[in-house]
Amino acid sequence: MSIDLKTVKHISKLSRISIDDQKAKKLEKDLNSIFKWIEQLNQLNTDKVEPLTSIAETTLRFRKDQIESKNIREDILKNSPKDNKDYFVVPKVVE
Amino acid sequence: MTKLLDLSLAQLVSKVKSKDISSKEITATYVERSKKSKKLNSYVEETFESALNLSEKFDMKPDFNKKLPGIPFAIKDLFCTKNVKTTASSKILENFIPTYESSVTQNLWNEGAILLGKLNCDEFAMGSSNETSYFGNVISPIDDNLVPGGSSGGSASALAAKLTPATIGTDTGGSIRQPASFTGTVGLKPTYGSCSRYGIVAFASSLDQAGPMTRDVKDCALLLEVMSSFDPKDSTSINFKRPNYFSDLNKNIKGKKIGIPKEYRVDGMPSEIEKLWENGKEYLKDCGAEIIDISLPHTNYALPTYYIVAPAEASSNLARYDGVKYGFRADGENLIDMYEKTRSQGFGDEVKRRIMIGTYVLSSGYYDAYYLKAQKVRKLIKNDFDDAFNKVDAILTPSTPSSAFKIGDKSNDPVSMYLNDIFTVPVNLAGLPGISIPAGLDKNSYPLGLQIIGKPFDEQGILDIAYSMEEKINFKLDINDWWMK
Repeated sequence: MSIDLKTVKHISKLSRISIDDQKAKKLEKDLNSIFKWIEQLNQLNTDKVEPLTSIAETTLRFRKDQIESKNIREDILKNSPKDNKDYFVVPKVVE
Repeated sequence: MTKLLDLSLAQLVSKVKSKDISSKEITATYVERSKKSKKLNSYVEETFESALNLSEKFDMKPDFNKKLPGIPFAIKDLFCTKNVKTTASSKILENFIPTYESSVTQNLWNEGAILLGKLNCDEFAMGSSNETSYFGNVISPIDDNLVPGGSSGGSASALAAKLTPATIGTDTGGSIRQPASFTGTVGLKPTYGSCSRYGIVAFASSLDQAGPMTRDVKDCALLLEVMSSFDPKDSTSINFKRPNYFSDLNKNIKGKKIGIPKEYRVDGMPSEIEKLWENGKEYLKDCGAEIIDISLPHTNYALPTYYIVAPAEASSNLARYDGVKYGFRADGENLIDMYEKTRSQGFGDEVKRRIMIGTYVLSSGYYDAYYLKAQKVRKLIKNDFDDAFNKVDAILTPSTPSSAFKIGDKSNDPVSMYLNDIFTVPVNLAGLPGISIPAGLDKNSYPLGLQIIGKPFDEQGILDIAYSMEEKINFKLDINDWWMK
């Protein structure tokens, strides 16, 4: 299965990373060599193997449904890239 | 002052407790040396002034019951530190100042340790040579232009150059053990669930573990004891009875069965590594351990499996960097354009490549062929270890297939770079503990390491084996401070 330029651009769109044509060509080459190498996994028959989804074989713990962090609005907004003391500011979304 | 720098972490602790050395003396010595060592580029953020203040504060009211009383530590910049910049060596987090502390670093400060600064690493811990950092390459103190390994490259470089008495790193596919091996130091990746992941910048959540990087095995046991704890803030933290790794450390490994996996004898491995491995077996026999040949048949499939699982998890974890709530933001014509430009300008090439691999293997139509397939092979790899541990107590392998390489040697070929982690990655996939200890030198006098892999939660077992071997190996490495001249 080879990855063409169109697929690279599609993946970049899905990843929300813009790339120019030169970068896309380089990525096409890199990704193809990586996936060619990855495809050795197809030598293995895994039809009867259960996928391993978590290494820690525990069920998730329950905790009390109570608030532990209070009055942290300032903390949360502190690293916001656009200054505003009440909200996160983003480019206009609704016309 | 040279003498102070030569003391191990455990020695420093006992000298502070016996009031032979003050925290201020130690801290000032390490600050001074770190200031003269800029050429190595191991620090990305220095907190020298506050470290000196804290050491004075400690000395005024010392608490000698602490396990790390007034000991300064520089740490990998992947651990969030409250009010101290935490960047993961990425442009996208260049100005990020956490308002909370990671649980592992909190454990250190609770035991009296003092932050010296934050250490360089591969961007988001993605790399094996510390060449992907936004803040530039880290140099190994062993030789000019030599990589320290990665991703905990700044940690390994600072530790080997004696810019910190000991340090902590993170290991997703070998990021503690490979740089430890490249720099002649000790590095341990604990069992998955042993050290809390809370407050560590996430890379691949089913693989990431924090661990100690130290000058010797004793220090490693001491630091692990402080780092490892059950933490309700990490949903995969495991509540098990943690031994006193440091006080329980011993050299009695008589009758232990050590497995030698034949699949780790890879093509093109230098003869020196082969020899080192043989020596390792002899040392273990001398200590009364029994050597048993074993097979881990799916070893060769571990790396390709890792390069599906880790990027898949990374692409999800790194979706949070969108320029909205924190981190770098590029201006865009609309919201989507802002996202795309922010991520394009904020991430480096290797990180983008891995996000894209991850996005692809999780995308509609490819999930079964890649991601599900990899999870199944991961199960086979784990089964290999389960079977092996029915026969043996621990496994001995080389840590890496080669010694450290020069900067630029592998950075243009991703697959050849990935092959560095061939012996360390299976351990992460199976969630096991592994330790790398320095074991010898190659023809260029560059260090080589041996890895001991243990059963889940048997950190004590591999530490004891490492401790026994360390004495026999008697590793010596002269570092002549060339970067300060």
